[in-house]
Amino acid sequence: MGLEEYKGVYVFAQQVDNQLSGIAFELLGKARDLAKDLNTDVTAVLLGKDVKSLADELAAYGADKVIVVDDPALETYRTEPYAHALASVINEYKPDIMLVGATAIGRDLGPTVSARVATGLTADCTSLEIGDFPINPIPNQEQKHNQLLMTRPAFGGNTIATIACPDNRPQMATVRPGVMQKIDKIEGAKAEVIEYNPGFTENNRYVEILDVVKAVSDTVDIMDAKILVSGGRGVGSPENFKILEDLAEVLGGQVSCSRAVVDSGWKPKDLQVGQTGKTVRPNVYFAIGISGAIQHVAGMEESDIIIAINKDADAPIFDVADYGVVGDLNKIVPALTAALKAEMAAK
Amino acid sequence: MKVIVCVKQVPDTKGGVQFNPDGTLNRAAMLTIMNPDDKAGLEAALRLKDQYGAEVTVITMGLPKAEDVLREAMAMGADKGILVTDRVLGGADTWATSTTLAGAIRNLDYDLIITGRQAIDGDTAQVGPQIAEHLGLPVISYAEEIKIEGDSVVVKRQYEDRYHMVKAKMPALITALSELNDPRYMTPGGIFDALDAEITTWGRANLVDVDDANLGLKGSPTKIAKASDKVRKGSGEKVNVDPEESVAYIVGKMKEKHII
Repeated sequence: MGLEEYKGVYVFAQQVDNQLSGIAFELLGKARDLAKDLNTDVTAVLLGKDVKSLADELAAYGADKVIVVDDPALETYRTEPYAHALASVINEYKPDIMLVGATAIGRDLGPTVSARVATGLTADCTSLEIGDFPINPIPNQEQKHNQLLMTRPAFGGNTIATIACPDNRPQMATVRPGVMQKIDKIEGAKAEVIEYNPGFTENNRYVEILDVVKAVSDTVDIMDAKILVSGGRGVGSPENFKILEDLAEVLGGQVSCSRAVVDSGWKPKDLQVGQTGKTVRPNVYFAIGISGAIQHVAGMEESDIIIAINKDADAPIFDVADYGVVGDLNKIVPALTAALKAEMAAK
Repeated sequence: MKVIVCVKQVPDTKGGVQFNPDGTLNRAAMLTIMNPDDKAGLEAALRLKDQYGAEVTVITMGLPKAEDVLREAMAMGADKGILVTDRVLGGADTWATSTTLAGAIRNLDYDLIITGRQAIDGDTAQVGPQIAEHLGLPVISYAEEIKIEGDSVVVKRQYEDRYHMVKAKMPALITALSELNDPRYMTPGGIFDALDAEITTWGRANLVDVDDANLGLKGSPTKIAKASDKVRKGSGEKVNVDPEESVAYIVGKMKEKHII
């Protein structure tokens, strides 16, 4: 395999119900950085039925080219036709890097495609950069340049590993949603659109979808929330959770809580964070009026950014918080909501 | 009906994580358990045994001590245990692990293969779909419910905001979520029998249709460039100012971190 034949940074542009998923734009943002370092361009791979019109939106978020595979077989996600489409695109166009979102779709599609095209796949990456492998020169071993270095947590977040795929192409990674930044939308941007169809023939690997059931509940699972506004006993009363709900609403987040709140009957169990509740990993976790017992911390310490508000300066929550504010939540939270509202309106 | 369940012995990272004085992970002090998603997969298989008299074979790849996890599975009710262990298989990434397990499974008859969605040590969720790919099977990931309908399996497949009811013709591979069920406990009689049960041990020579180039550390396309035990998050900044300044502080940090 001539590795130098493989060029360009490719992104799987996930769409569901013909709407592009946020992860597609986030991957494009990261792909732009990587392509710049490699002096190459960014290609989005768009799979679906009647999806060609989405190409402009991908261009607006950084795609130079869009390869569209439009086929009735791709109407609803199924592993086989999607894996066939993406693997065929890889074999035909030979990308150097192939990024896929670490979503319920990407974490099924990615491994299947990587096995099919016989390359490595690094899962759930939180950081991607271009560098050398080995990172430091080792005697009697070639140091390869311009490699994709993929960093990910392992052991339940207790260790961090950086992985390379030096001898196979493409270098494939799935990337955790909410970690990479999309670029500001470029209005009117156009991408070169390439239509490609490898042909789809049903075989034993095609499954039949009997039913699609969308979640009816309008409350998102707190484990899926990007921003959590979590309250503890310090909030004082079930009624006072209103100020947390207001803050969550402004940020497009969800309210969660500590065990004390559930035990007091203020909130239902499915909102509880901690050892006996749910383990959450949002981008931002507000701990408001939560003292920070170890059992609570165990359920939220992997959050990317922890902001704590508590009147007790010695509360253990400040030991894990990135940003701690000592003060009265009844004064700070409503004022914070108002300030954020003003910030959003100014945008 | 024959069901194969792939299980992994993993360090217990939940709650019982132990650290050395220098902050690194103390693996030696950590207990090992059957990976939770795999255990749910095993329970699903045992229910097929209860319901349809399915024969349940558990298979694991690992060090010789991974035999413990097979005995646990047999104490829960599995019929056969296969340990795939060989020095040349060590250091495998998900690709090399999946080629190994596929090579072992080629020796067996089966209608259904169940793996856990992901293991709690690596969290990759890759080995199940990759085994399916090597064996040319339909794969249904993230199973919340499994039922048999004639020669097909019907699975409730979870997504972020929905689920699909998906039907696949057997043989097929399913990856199980912990939400699938509450695994049964080992029975005293089961534990007793499992202690004496024969475990089949396979090495490299028993793998079918696998090239050496696809096994172990050498056969792993992904290589570790750097690994570090995560520095435990220490306390960050803390301010003690009036409410107005507190708000300005939080908003400033949120802007700095591109949250708003």
